[in-house]
Amino acid sequence: MKTLRDVSVGETVTVAKLTGEGAVKRRIMDMGITKGVEIYVRKIAPLGDPVEITVRGYELSVRKADAEMILLKED
Amino acid sequence: MGIRIALAGNPNCGKTTLFNALTGSNQFVGNWPGVTVEYKEGKFKGDKEVTIVDLPGIYSLSPYTLEEVVSRNYLIDEKPDAIINVIDGTNLERNLYLTTQIVELGIPVVIGINMMDVVEKNGDKINAAKLSEEIGVPVYELSALKNRGLKEIVDAAVKAGKEAKPQSPKHRFDGSVEHALAHIEELCLHNISDENVQRWYSIKLFERDEKIQEKLGLSSDVIAHIENDIASCEKEMDDDSESIITGERYNYIGTIINGCVKKASKGMTTSDKIDQIVTNRFLALPIFAVVMFLVYFVSVTTVGTWATDWANDGVFGDGWHLFAIGSADYADAADEFTANQLIVDGYDLYVEENGTEPTGDFEYPVEDEETAAVEYETATLADYEAAAAYVEANEEPDPANYGVWIPGIPVYIEAALDAINCNDVVKGLILDGIVAGVGAVLGFVPQMLVLFIFLAFLESCGYMARVAFIMDRIFRKFGLSGKSFIPMLIGTGCGVPGIMASRTIENDRDRKMTIMTTTFIPCGAKLPFIAMVAGAIFGGAAWVAPAAYFLGIFAIIVSGIMLKKTKLFAGDPAPFVMELPAYHWPTVSNVLRSMWERGWSFIKKAGTIILLSTIVVWFCTFFGVVDGAFTMLEEDQIDHSILATLGRCLAWIFIPLGFGDWEATVASITGLVAKENIVGTLAIIYGASGDVYETMRAAFTDASGFAFLAFNLLCAPCFAAMGAIKREMNNTKWFWTAIGYQCGFAWVIGLIVYQVGKVFTGEGFTFGTIFGIAAICCLVYGLFRKDKYNK
Repeated sequence: MKTLRDVSVGETVTVAKLTGEGAVKRRIMDMGITKGVEIYVRKIAPLGDPVEITVRGYELSVRKADAEMILLKED
Repeated sequence: MGIRIALAGNPNCGKTTLFNALTGSNQFVGNWPGVTVEYKEGKFKGDKEVTIVDLPGIYSLSPYTLEEVVSRNYLIDEKPDAIINVIDGTNLERNLYLTTQIVELGIPVVIGINMMDVVEKNGDKINAAKLSEEIGVPVYELSALKNRGLKEIVDAAVKAGKEAKPQSPKHRFDGSVEHALAHIEELCLHNISDENVQRWYSIKLFERDEKIQEKLGLSSDVIAHIENDIASCEKEMDDDSESIITGERYNYIGTIINGCVKKASKGMTTSDKIDQIVTNRFLALPIFAVVMFLVYFVSVTTVGTWATDWANDGVFGDGWHLFAIGSADYADAADEFTANQLIVDGYDLYVEENGTEPTGDFEYPVEDEETAAVEYETATLADYEAAAAYVEANEEPDPANYGVWIPGIPVYIEAALDAINCNDVVKGLILDGIVAGVGAVLGFVPQMLVLFIFLAFLESCGYMARVAFIMDRIFRKFGLSGKSFIPMLIGTGCGVPGIMASRTIENDRDRKMTIMTTTFIPCGAKLPFIAMVAGAIFGGAAWVAPAAYFLGIFAIIVSGIMLKKTKLFAGDPAPFVMELPAYHWPTVSNVLRSMWERGWSFIKKAGTIILLSTIVVWFCTFFGVVDGAFTMLEEDQIDHSILATLGRCLAWIFIPLGFGDWEATVASITGLVAKENIVGTLAIIYGASGDVYETMRAAFTDASGFAFLAFNLLCAPCFAAMGAIKREMNNTKWFWTAIGYQCGFAWVIGLIVYQVGKVFTGEGFTFGTIFGIAAICCLVYGLFRKDKYNK
């Protein structure tokens, strides 16, 4: 399944499900990345990681390793 | 009866600005017991009976971060009379997520929508009345920056607190969740005296919150029973319980927000435009370099150095020229006089050594004050004549004759002590012990304040989060945060502000790791010592100084990787999901307040340890037994001192490192007062029997010399930096762990350098080499072993 890691800059995607568990997953959800939310990938950091996304109207930085836990809806 | 109001809200919601506006200067800043999380409370300006507690900025009441745990424990156990929930009007959706949790605690809540000025400027509209009706909580529009709505909301909170009508949430979860919650409540919460928090507890138990299970002391039986309810609900909703609750909360917010908020058609905001340039793929690193250069240039190279020199050599030294008027003239005059005096002294020395006057050119020694290096220069007889005439004609220049000279504090105190015919011992104690100790504490403060202005500015304008964004990739490999860059950069100037700069790192483990490793980078005070070792032992070799820096970087990387895998840093992996807040211009008063708070906390928390240890070392250096009598010593009698005795007792520790004599040990101990003291101490000890550098060269081999250097660069920093470590760790165990680790690591590196170095410097393979190689193997194991505590 496609994850947030695979998305290129400028795309908008919809979250299908989150994998993983514990603190990291809870933190990602607390920040508003939950099932069904739209994510816009704004840019990648100059050194290639992390990525900056827009979710629920604000900017969030997510590491690629964590982005892998965010599964996306296929259109 | 006093009323306690808690301020709760997300990070970057303007809570601190609001707190400052509400309490003014009536603040108490400290730490929550035993943790590094800041605690702030203050009295409301308008009514001293009202105490306001500023909780740490949090996104949720989950059990996973220190800030969240501290906040929720406070809300549940201390039960403030009311909560003001501050939410950022420009980011309602995520801010309301915390609100949905706060209203479940059974404590009266009022909501303040902050940053209304920005909301209006953006052309957005928020229907506060509608929002209030939807959530069931009074809602007020605020602008902490513009002082809008402040009195109203505090009055409302006080009123709510006095009425003490418990808040109950309007929101209901999905039917199957509610079903499970009802079961949980019935099963294990019926004996909780305060029924208003039952809902909160049941939701936490539904989320399988281990901290709450523990707190309620549930038996494994009951937990297993609850597990049934949770599992069946999870099956029905096809998700895990935490995700269900979080998802439901956000869905609920989604439904209410549509009716309450009208966003103006969204173009690019100013913040977006700034960000497009500042974290641009190509421009980000150059801009970062420029910003860091500026911070370094001002707070370390220029203003910072002036401030430190002024504080150390001026206020706590001989004195200073007001506005530096006359400083340059005095320096020129003093230089000229010294140059001539040196020639005259050299001539006298020649006469003393040879018994005759020189008949032609003669050599005279010139000593470098900082590194104690001696060079010889040649003077002709004509030079001598001129110099002698100059010295004859001129008196040694007095700084007081140039510009406006303000004598330092020790000068005044010395004069006062002389006036009352004070005993030499007491005078020594006061001047060299206490005043020097206070100077060591306060001497760093001016530079620190300069740095703190920068940090406060970078933090509150939003750039600090981008620093972490840009540098994360490199630093996270070593268990550090992208924000660790700044402490380490500043640490090349001085480790004390460097350690204090680690405050900007939110993550507890990253911060501790940064505190432990920052002082491995050679600071400015270690430079004279590095130069001395290079000059005396390695004949001025150019590679020694760069090697010292590489050693520092190597130590940080190796320690980061090794420590990351130890039990010390074990625990839930730290998620790096970080908000990049909108850029905004910080207010002057907030920047200054933050600067002052940090500076003051250093003086208060680090001051005692620095002062005491300076006095102890002073006592040990200047007291000892001469000819069977315990007495105060002159500077050059250091070999009779208590310190020398201590050095002889401890020297064996350094035998495996090749410098197991009391001289090197004593120098290392005096280095704890200030690292540049190593040079002074060695100069006194080795200078007693002739040329300092020659004696020192004879005392060390190449291998033991570099081991000595390596040990002193990496071991415990000076007392001031140790004080800063203690302040920032805010925990005795962690403080000693840090110091112990630094000394242990330095010892091991010294061992490797000496034992393995001997092989390469022609001493061949010895028994000790085995230990050196064994130590390398241990390091390699520490680096590459499997990480059993983290994924």
